[in-house]
Amino acid sequence: MSAVSLIVSWATVAALVILSLSFLLTVYRVIKGPTLPDRIVALDMLVGIVIGFIAVIAIKTGFTLYIDIAIALGLVGFLATVAFARFVLSRAPSNNGVTAKAARPHDKPQRKKASKRKK
Amino acid sequence: MELIIALITAFLMLSGALFALVAAIGVNRFPDLYTRMHAASKAGTIGSGLLLLAVGIHSVDISILARTIAGFFFFILTAPISAHLLARAAHIAGYKLCDVSVIDELKITES
Repeated sequence: MSAVSLIVSWATVAALVILSLSFLLTVYRVIKGPTLPDRIVALDMLVGIVIGFIAVIAIKTGFTLYIDIAIALGLVGFLATVAFARFVLSRAPSNNGVTAKAARPHDKPQRKKASKRKK
Repeated sequence: MELIIALITAFLMLSGALFALVAAIGVNRFPDLYTRMHAASKAGTIGSGLLLLAVGIHSVDISILARTIAGFFFFILTAPISAHLLARAAHIAGYKLCDVSVIDELKITES
């Protein structure tokens, strides 16, 4: 094994370990996250980490076709975040065009805080 | 020449992974949604983008390098849009800022 491939393989293993650690930290935020937008931010971040994972696997195996998969995953993640943002907006109590008519019971504490903030 | 490319690839991979780790730590340590968004949308995007650039430089091929640069550019383009949409939706929906935050300029603008 030459020095060149040794450097690349060592860096690949180190990057995979660090990415796994950050993946686990972000999953902890997804599970724990107190509100819905926290979980959405963490899921968006998770998509970014998985794109990095795919890139490292592309270096490790030599299949550069993985880059197309990474770009497609980025597009899906962006669309998912936009859809989640619309969902959060549609549950807003204010009259902003897309008001949610169905008042859900677990929205109440959040709404009280909002009205207190607006006084 | 091969050694230089291997060193650049290793450096880009390690720095990208460390940026992702910094973003994950920031997502866990910041107090509220709007500050967590800083860590997730800046450091996270740079982390995945640097890893993509590492692939493009490792395969000494101009078409693959162009594809990775296009992917990096796409992520840089879309990350602020999604972060801004989500922050605005959460602010309109009434999610509060944390207690240590000093000013809420969006609220001042709306009222």
